[in-house]
Amino acid sequence: MSVIVTDTGFTTEDWTAGFIPLADLPANDAAPAIAVDLASDSDPAALAGRLQDIDMIRVDFPSFADGRGFTIAKRLRQMGFQGRLRARGHVISDQYAMARRVGFDEVEISEELAARQPEAEWLFRADWQANDYQARLRA
Amino acid sequence: MYKYNDFDEAFIRARTAQFRKQVERRVAGNLTEDEFKPLRLMNGLYLQLHAYMLRVAIPYGTLNARQMRQLAYIADKWDRGYGHFTTRQNIQFNWPRLTDVPDMLDALADVEMHANQTSGNTIRNVTSDHFAGAAVDEIEDPRPVAELLRQWSTDHPEFQFLGRKFKIAVGASEHDRAVLKAHDLAVRIVRNDAGETGYEILVGGGLGRTPMIGKVLHPFLPREDLLPYVEAVLTVYNTLGRRDNKYKARIKITVHENGIDTIRALVDEQFALIRPTFSGYDQELLEEIRAHFPEPDYVKAPLDAFETAYENDPVFRSWADTNLSAHTNPDYAIATISLKKHGQTPGDATSEQMRVMADLAEAFAHDELRISHEQNVILPHVHKSHLPAIHARLKAVGLATANIGLVSDIIACPGMDYCALATARSIPVAQQIATRFDELKLEHEIGELKIKISGCINACGHHHMGHIGILGLDRAGVENYQITLGGDGSENAAIGERAGPGFAYDEIVPAIERLVLGYLDLRESPEETFLQAYRRLGAEPFKAVLYPEAKTKNAA
Ligand code: SF4
Repeated sequence: MSVIVTDTGFTTEDWTAGFIPLADLPANDAAPAIAVDLASDSDPAALAGRLQDIDMIRVDFPSFADGRGFTIAKRLRQMGFQGRLRARGHVISDQYAMARRVGFDEVEISEELAARQPEAEWLFRADWQANDYQARLRA
Repeated sequence: MYKYNDFDEAFIRARTAQFRKQVERRVAGNLTEDEFKPLRLMNGLYLQLHAYMLRVAIPYGTLNARQMRQLAYIADKWDRGYGHFTTRQNIQFNWPRLTDVPDMLDALADVEMHANQTSGNTIRNVTSDHFAGAAVDEIEDPRPVAELLRQWSTDHPEFQFLGRKFKIAVGASEHDRAVLKAHDLAVRIVRNDAGETGYEILVGGGLGRTPMIGKVLHPFLPREDLLPYVEAVLTVYNTLGRRDNKYKARIKITVHENGIDTIRALVDEQFALIRPTFSGYDQELLEEIRAHFPEPDYVKAPLDAFETAYENDPVFRSWADTNLSAHTNPDYAIATISLKKHGQTPGDATSEQMRVMADLAEAFAHDELRISHEQNVILPHVHKSHLPAIHARLKAVGLATANIGLVSDIIACPGMDYCALATARSIPVAQQIATRFDELKLEHEIGELKIKISGCINACGHHHMGHIGILGLDRAGVENYQITLGGDGSENAAIGERAGPGFAYDEIVPAIERLVLGYLDLRESPEETFLQAYRRLGAEPFKAVLYPEAKTKNAA
């Protein structure tokens, strides 16, 4: 089971409707709840015009060193996506504030990673609104 | 000088506290070395050949006496009593212990300094013209814009894990002293025909194994668009930049492979989306920052002391002729302190020397110091009457070498003496060249000549931009030095051309000597510099003096 990290710490998965890859989106038009998986090299532009119908987007981080997901999140929010946005994979606690600042709501990590980087380390970075140069510059 | 506000102060304290925890977690094993690596890098901590190295930012090269003294204190307390100033306006401490680094960062924070983003695949320390605020040819002081960019790039959540490092420089004068065209992104403050000020944006410059000159992305960007536009460039780079091959990951390759026009179109598209997220506070902030960089409170005093020393003391005169530059105030001079004493490691300063420079800045130079990309220290605002006293103090600690811009004012990267990536030594080559030309007593006759040395293809010593560049390679386990000719890091930026086969370690200094003496024979007049002669004559006559055997062979 994956661990979901939010500002209040660790919690369990509450999304039960499954995830579909981007390519399967057209075939799932009528589904009542849609969650899409995006790879770190996807172009968010592919979702233009579809964002209204999507409940959740989950962006993959194959490695914590692959920071493309941060730009994907920003672009999705800029395009008007208001649903749930999740970073999933190899994200480390030191990146939690970055993830939140670019528009992710939550992070999904493996149990192994959660054991090595316990809840306290994530909570240490949960004050992501503090000390944020970007928020200040755009005030 | 910029003074931290409460926000900056709170930020830097939180940052050092985070790093302290990261070190603890690494020691406890909660962070793998792989995971710790980018975190320590974004806090300036490298692992070198023999030890850790802490690279401290000197944003846009400006610091005051108190900060310089703190660097001396850090060098004494946690290192070996010296520091190394780099080509990107940083200072490196070569021997810290991992567990001491959090304390070192706290000591830096105490004087409003940091090591943030001096390494790693992120936006690096923003550099600028070391004569900013004093140069006769500048449109305005470029440092407020550099400070704005520093704040914008600091901990930018989107750009801490880029495909590769990203270097930004800012300039505002006709004569480029910040090597703008060798940066991933450069901001040139320019004025248009209507008298308005704006920014020329260059992108895709860089050295390394594929040297490229930056291209114009925007000829005249309105001032209020700077941050959203730069952010758009980074957005495009983070999306499009290659991550499959480290050597093709810099934005210069992205620009080269996609074409500048495609990049421009993509940037414009992103810019349209990003621009509305800035509501104008950044411009207010820029005004606030500007207020931190007032003109110095100039002294009015007679110049007799200067004139007398200039007339009567030939050593002072030589130093004044070589190391001083014109200041906007005619009673003032910009004084460059050479960290290139013949036979010393270019860019190194002892803690004692740092303290002397700090004292001089405080006593005689409006409390300002600068670090240049040429690895020297500058007192940007000196009333000329103080120069003899300054010179005397410098002489006492080995800092009065009169060689700025001359053959021994060499840029050299750390090379095999420190760097884990090196393929050859660079410091000893620089030392030997400097010592040799000092023996020949020809330095001043040779005149302006920039020699730059890198210890591997990564080109940290900017060898491509040296009038004479030297690149140290490894040929089957033996050091081999390639020479490039005709490089230029100024506004007429050019990449040097390879002269021919490389030279062994014991051949390189004699080869440079042949080359320079050959130039003396080739030049039209003493006024014609090496670079001018090279441009007039082309490479052939220089190759002929470098490779005399080839000539005899051809003749035979
Ligand atoms: S050029 Fe090479 S040897 Fe020199 S500092 Fe850079 S990486 Fe190290």
